[in-house]
Amino acid sequence: MTDTAYNFAYLDEQTKRMIRRAILKGLAIPGYQVPFASREMPMPYGWGTGGVQVSAATLTPDDRLKVIDQGADDTTNAVSIRKFFERTAGVATTEATAEATVIQTRHRIPEVPLTEGQILVYQVPIPEPLRFLEPRETETRKMHALEEYGLMHVKLYEDIARHGQIATAYAYPVKVEGRYVMDPSPIPKFDNPKMSDCGAIQLFGAGREQRIYALPPWTQVVSLDFEDFPFEASKADAACDLCGAENSYLDEVITDDAGGRIFVCSDTDYCRSRREAGFVGAQGEEQVA
Amino acid sequence: MKSLGDALFPLTPALSPEGRGGAQVASGAAVPPAGPLLRVEEIGKRYGARIGCAEVSFDLWPGEVMGIVGESGSGKTTLLNCLAGQLAPDTGRVMFDTRERGMVDTVTMSEPERRMLGRTDWAFVHQHARDGLRMNVSAGGNVGERLMAVGARHYGQIRDRAEDWLGRVEIDADRMDDRPTAFSGGMQQRLQIARNLVTGPRLVFMDEPTGGLDVSVQARLLDLLRGLVREMGLSAIIVTHDLAVVRLLADRLMVMKDGHVVEQGLTDQVLDDPQHAYTQLLVSSVLQV
Repeated sequence: MTDTAYNFAYLDEQTKRMIRRAILKGLAIPGYQVPFASREMPMPYGWGTGGVQVSAATLTPDDRLKVIDQGADDTTNAVSIRKFFERTAGVATTEATAEATVIQTRHRIPEVPLTEGQILVYQVPIPEPLRFLEPRETETRKMHALEEYGLMHVKLYEDIARHGQIATAYAYPVKVEGRYVMDPSPIPKFDNPKMSDCGAIQLFGAGREQRIYALPPWTQVVSLDFEDFPFEASKADAACDLCGAENSYLDEVITDDAGGRIFVCSDTDYCRSRREAGFVGAQGEEQVA
Repeated sequence: MKSLGDALFPLTPALSPEGRGGAQVASGAAVPPAGPLLRVEEIGKRYGARIGCAEVSFDLWPGEVMGIVGESGSGKTTLLNCLAGQLAPDTGRVMFDTRERGMVDTVTMSEPERRMLGRTDWAFVHQHARDGLRMNVSAGGNVGERLMAVGARHYGQIRDRAEDWLGRVEIDADRMDDRPTAFSGGMQQRLQIARNLVTGPRLVFMDEPTGGLDVSVQARLLDLLRGLVREMGLSAIIVTHDLAVVRLLADRLMVMKDGHVVEQGLTDQVLDDPQHAYTQLLVSSVLQV
């Protein structure tokens, strides 16, 4: 049950109201960074304070929450945030993507396609895609306002000049509905195509930087690229060693100090459900059996 | 010296169309009868009670190079910044002959339009190359930025243009992927010029382009600038305190003191037969080696 000392989902109602207004404005202007009065949360900056505030403002007592960290349901960040909302909101939780109504994520989009009625909440460290190219906030706001996005391509140009290809592998900049250039949070660029024409509402919260932005369902999201160096959603060239999946994003796991390594799905729920359905990878048999 | 300058000056308008590309020939040939490229009317800028510059008026014709000289604090840079849209003047108009709409006041035009001019038809060469370059972006990226800002999205073509321009300012093609921090002062200044001229501007603002360079590097830079100005038929406004620079580059000269223009005329005329007391002082202050 909810700890009676807390309001539902930790934040007071006025704060949630303020955050909801920012979210609605963000949904009305897809990709635009809405400033909001970020609150101090009982966790350090960088642990998802923005995402937690957006989730708190979004949750209702009937919701079913899933929290993932780099695709996994059982890592520190995911476990502690899930516990936080179990205690302060008393909502049901789940690890199954399809059953969840609100999913808070750090750095991944689940492999199972999201559907209408679901809300995906991203934790964002630096919401400004132009930040490392143009340090002045006054200038970047002006560039967004006037749609001056040539600088973003300078970054991609530098990648090709130095590495022979676009080496940006995560936080790959996207253009939303042909207007705002947006930082998709540090998700791998493999996940970028999943953001476009997605049935779920996608909300982005940056606690330290005090910004919220959003993608309404079925929004067009295009990854930036050059005509002669098109965008490519890359992943490790292997199949999952546990479930055999060939089209899911993979983590490389070192298994011993003699160079042994395996590739496993980064989305733990996806991998488990595939193994339960009878799929077996190259090294999966012994572990399942 | 004088006879050479007099001989070159009347040739300039005839020479300039030949040095231009196809599309520019048309505009270059069409503009002269239409009127001046830039018409400055009664520009004034105050800093509180002090005068930055006051009651400055002049016309700049296509292909013409105008020099502005004066001592430190005489309002040269204030005037240049007002003309280039980097400072808002308190009084007066700056009419520029735009490609689409003819003569337009750049002081009252909308900011997006003015910034668009700033990266297409205008160029601004700063005294310190660091102010005009992105020091953490390679030389090729620096030159390509303006191209990408006006919509170039083909990596190979951007790179070819950048290489062409680096060649024109005498920077080896194998330095293309080096950052400007690895360049000497003179090379940085030449890179800044290439970066500004790559989009084929019609009007170049230069603020002490040779400041802080040693004399032999200055001489090379001036030689290069003179070549480019003549070859591209550029109009330019050069602010400097170095009389040798205007003697070499400028067709016409304006002498400023305490924010006011005290004398103006053909460069050789002003320098060889100064009328105003201050100009006489200025000319006689130059050391004869």
